[in-house]
Amino acid sequence: MRMLASKALVQVLEEQGVRHIFGYPGAANTPILDAVGKSSIAHILMRNEQGAVHAAAGYARLTGKVGVCTATSGPGATNMITGIANAYMDSIPLVVLTGQVASGLVGRDAFQEVDTTGVTTPISKHNYLVKDPNDLPRILEEAFWIAGTGRPGPVVVDIPMDVQRMRVDYQPQGTPQIRGYCPHLPATDADAAQLADAIRQAERPLLVAGGGILIAHASEAFAALAAGTGLPVVSTMMGIGAVPCAHPRYLGMVGSHGVPPANAAFAEADLVVFLGARVSDRTVSDTEALAKRAAVAHVDIDPAEIGKNIPCDLAIAADLADFLPRLTRALAGYTCPGGWADKAAERRAAMPLPDGKKRGAVNPKYLMRRLSEATGGRAVVTTEVGQNQIWTANHYQFARPGTFLTSGGFGTMGFGLPAAMGAKLARPDELVIAIEGDGSFQMSMPELGAIRQWGAEVKIVLFVNRVLGMVHEYQDVNFQSRHSGVDLGAYPHYPSIAAAYDIPCGTVAENQDVDSAIAAMLETPGTYLLEVLVDRTESTL
Amino acid sequence: MAKYILTALVNNHAGILAKMAGLFARRGFNIDSLAVGVTQDPDISATTIVVNGDGHTVDQVLKQLSKLIDVIEVKHLPAEQAVSRELSLIKVACDPTNRSEIVQVVNIFRAKVVDVAPDALIIELTGTGDKIDAFEQMVRPYGILEMCRTGMVAMRRSGQ
Repeated sequence: MRMLASKALVQVLEEQGVRHIFGYPGAANTPILDAVGKSSIAHILMRNEQGAVHAAAGYARLTGKVGVCTATSGPGATNMITGIANAYMDSIPLVVLTGQVASGLVGRDAFQEVDTTGVTTPISKHNYLVKDPNDLPRILEEAFWIAGTGRPGPVVVDIPMDVQRMRVDYQPQGTPQIRGYCPHLPATDADAAQLADAIRQAERPLLVAGGGILIAHASEAFAALAAGTGLPVVSTMMGIGAVPCAHPRYLGMVGSHGVPPANAAFAEADLVVFLGARVSDRTVSDTEALAKRAAVAHVDIDPAEIGKNIPCDLAIAADLADFLPRLTRALAGYTCPGGWADKAAERRAAMPLPDGKKRGAVNPKYLMRRLSEATGGRAVVTTEVGQNQIWTANHYQFARPGTFLTSGGFGTMGFGLPAAMGAKLARPDELVIAIEGDGSFQMSMPELGAIRQWGAEVKIVLFVNRVLGMVHEYQDVNFQSRHSGVDLGAYPHYPSIAAAYDIPCGTVAENQDVDSAIAAMLETPGTYLLEVLVDRTESTL
Repeated sequence: MAKYILTALVNNHAGILAKMAGLFARRGFNIDSLAVGVTQDPDISATTIVVNGDGHTVDQVLKQLSKLIDVIEVKHLPAEQAVSRELSLIKVACDPTNRSEIVQVVNIFRAKVVDVAPDALIIELTGTGDKIDAFEQMVRPYGILEMCRTGMVAMRRSGQ
């Protein structure tokens, strides 16, 4: 059928099942917005293009579907850069639609022109500059296919304004065929048998769950593996939730910000099995030392991750959804050496829990434990980056896979609030809680406007210590407590901010009031801001 | 450190060369040369990349290049299985007293004089990198005014 390219674009989005597109308009993407306005898709106006990408990321992370966002050329596109890089690091499937100046002006430094494909090349899975409108439908279908398959990631489609307004023939093409792109990596029983042998021979084998397990929707298969074998499990930050945090074999998050039982097991293991993990520097600071003290097996859908950061003895490039059931079968009849697994479990059981004894400020770790208790670990929880992220990672007891939405690889402050909004719009029936620090919150605070406008009823827990806590602590340890550039001062007054957006607000300053404050937040219908006053000397771990 | 020859077939799409070059720079891969040209299929370009590094580097270059959507396939080509050539143009200063001497060197190397002026010759030479290096040594005393090299292009020998 002959139609405007912008209309064909919207039809592809509809074919892909897109219901929301997070965006911000400018002249160069108005034809797209015009077509969206006439379609079944809702354009969710954010307050900054960066928020649009993060919201789409929250949407994608919770649903497993490709998130979509749009912005105009130039500054619209560059404001999205942080969000795109964040999605690339955490393997989040996005299609990012940017307007570009008219074809005839490309390369002339026109008003609001930037080389969008140039600047997004190192931070996207793929990108396109659409020169011929007839290519647009095929490119979009490819963009969704590439973003959502294999190791997912963001795909940027840059469309000059005049191209959006030309007429094209549109016929849905079905699954694209891209020469040289083979996202499906089937597992083999031979690989599974080899890893099973290594596990059987090990005295102290350990499973490391990465975010790949969640992306592959393989957490059930993984939990079955852990339960069937009794193998102890630690996770990376992105892998939290691969097994329920209360699972008897789960020892917690490993790495520089992980918990002692997990790190102790990691230090003692003689076989470490990485499953869908990048083995980043935050997870393993000294990969050489690890490779010396233990055998390393690495299973990932991205062959380039295997051997990139850590030398490995057994490399398996495979889709975990296919591989894990094979591994479980190959390990039939096997039970992890009891002494090792039990010792690890005992360490975890012996770990002291944060308490609420202190007066004059709330213990944030205690609050996270109480919040976890009050919600049964079943909320969808987003975080910012800094102490709030680690408090959440180590103390909220996630009961379900894929419900911890955090910026793991890129460490993007300002991610959590718009991500919570995107998640809530994707699944309005879910309880979505944004865990905020007062530094990060102020980066995305204007998105409260979007949250209210679009009825995204998220609960916001805001830790207030009027300082950038993680760096403050870092300066304590590494710079003889010379605190430079981290004090946020006395402003703003958060209850007034909440009032300005007509958001109900509570404040809790004492541990003894934590339970009632959480109850008030959960019982109040709609969006709610809970201000939590914490001590700036509170430790991350 | 050793030199490795990689050959890649890539979609002839705008920006693919920038994507490859950007990848090398970003990941700190040390590239000696990168040569690109179209194949018998106008939609596909063949590239030859010479990488400096160890086995780990080459493994990573291969895997990271494979991840680029527009890279169709990339392979390591062991030197003993490769036919490899490079083309160079060299402008050498000359005068009537030494012109024939230079032409003798050109003949020994089976190079070609492709432009003559009273004070200079442009010489075209095809061969392996070593051969071009050797030729450069020979004509250097006469004065090299300009020189450019294409970088290596390589192909697997038949039956290998």
